Amino acid sequence: MREANPVISLRDLRVSYGEIEILHGIHFDVKAGETLVILGGSGSGKSTLLRTLVGLEKPSSGQIWINGQDIAAISHEELYEIRKKTGMSFQGSALFGSMTVGENVALPLREHTKLEDSTIEIMLRLKLEQVGLAGFEYHMPSQLSGGMKKRAAVARALAMDPEILFFDEPSAGLDPIIAAGIDQLILELKKAFHMTIIVVTHELASAFLIADRMVLIDKGNVVAIGTTEEMRASAQPRVRQFLDRVPEPDVEGELDYLQTLTEQYRRHA
Amino acid sequence: MATENAMEFVSQLGAGVTDGLAYLGALATLGTRAAYFTFVAPFQGKALRLQSAASQAMEVGVRALPILSLITFFIGLILALQSAYELGKLGAMSLVAKAVALSMSRELGPLITAIVVIGRSGSAFAAEIGTMKVTEEIDALEVMAIDPVHFLVAPKFLAMIVMLPCLTIWANTMGIFGGALFGVTQADFTLGRYIQASIDSLYVRDIVSGLIKSVMFGVTITAVGCLEGLSTTGGAEQVGRSTTRAVVISIFLVVAVDLVFTAIFFFLGNG
Repeated sequence: MREANPVISLRDLRVSYGEIEILHGIHFDVKAGETLVILGGSGSGKSTLLRTLVGLEKPSSGQIWINGQDIAAISHEELYEIRKKTGMSFQGSALFGSMTVGENVALPLREHTKLEDSTIEIMLRLKLEQVGLAGFEYHMPSQLSGGMKKRAAVARALAMDPEILFFDEPSAGLDPIIAAGIDQLILELKKAFHMTIIVVTHELASAFLIADRMVLIDKGNVVAIGTTEEMRASAQPRVRQFLDRVPEPDVEGELDYLQTLTEQYRRHA
Repeated sequence: MATENAMEFVSQLGAGVTDGLAYLGALATLGTRAAYFTFVAPFQGKALRLQSAASQAMEVGVRALPILSLITFFIGLILALQSAYELGKLGAMSLVAKAVALSMSRELGPLITAIVVIGRSGSAFAAEIGTMKVTEEIDALEVMAIDPVHFLVAPKFLAMIVMLPCLTIWANTMGIFGGALFGVTQADFTLGRYIQASIDSLYVRDIVSGLIKSVMFGVTITAVGCLEGLSTTGGAEQVGRSTTRAVVISIFLVVAVDLVFTAIFFFLGNG
């Protein structure tokens, strides 16, 4: 493992939607082969952070170094080259509804490789087997349950043998048993492939199970970063509040949020 | 107070014009990128999605034939009735065939075809891409390093610029047949003579100018439908709104493009 060389480095990353800044200078590194969980409440900016990491949002300033390239400053083609070596599983799984599960998984292979159909066929079966969906390649996504869709999406993310795997809320909308299954899947992938895995979630149990290290994001800032033990032992009030599930002492925060929304709406109108 | 109102009006007018120009810019960008993936990229090793384009062509073109045939047949018949109303007074019923043939192939064939295609396909493009946008499928394509314009827009673009002229020719023909129904039953035409009179009254430029317009309509409808789809945010309700916008904006822009090209042909002396 290249412990010394971080796979991903964020340097003073700022992201804005219009005039409202969502992330106020995010700064941390992700080491090769580790599983980093990005924790945060609703509206904390953790999803925006993930979208920025995969290049779906442009930062207003700062740098995102992935494998030695600043994805905020490179061309579209160069970004596509990096994306071929990363995979992402979306919150709603984002499978293409007009294609079978097999076609979904095979799509990146068909697009980016010159492999023959028979080879692609074998690879997609292998990927589906890895996520526990062997034999489902001819099903349509609409015929799958929520947990199975998530697994199919993971298989698609794995198709190109990525070095980095991103998960957006892997257990959102799943019952505890199915969610535990997805956690188990992430652990298996981590053990089998030594991939760098980045997971965005607000599920504490799941986070502590899969994480090597954690980052807590609150109101667009990094509040704490450390191993699971360090987080558990942290005395930082915001960390304690999040881990001990203490509700906000007053609703002022939410009122602020409402006010921001109203202002935003007015500006648009 | 009056100056304030006037200022307000001017600033709103300015904002409206700026928005409109920005929208046209976005349409032009999308159209250019779709054209790049259709005409240039295949020679740079990025395969054209012919299979996808063929199925789009089937949907846009072939499946539109029944309804388009019926509508343009009626339009031809209506044109014949309307022109006969005036021509009959002049005792020039033999000119009905010419009137129908000219107005169909120069104007109404391309326009009616475009409007039918907007209703069937422009709206479908916006709904399909809009749904994919709200379910993160467009983001998934991006993250997999697959350009959504290459994957989704270019096949539609190709299907439209091929199928719209074809549909237009079909529409012209059906319109002439519609006129023939009147010509044969109410004026002293036989079917053969009516068709011959229609063909004789048309110059190649009449048909070609209609076909050039129909290609431009195809570009416009694809760009608007796909842009509305791609700029959908939020949920299912927004998809409906995008679809409506796609239809309304397409109809407006098709008529505007029609005007521009008709004027160009007129001043080029082609008219």
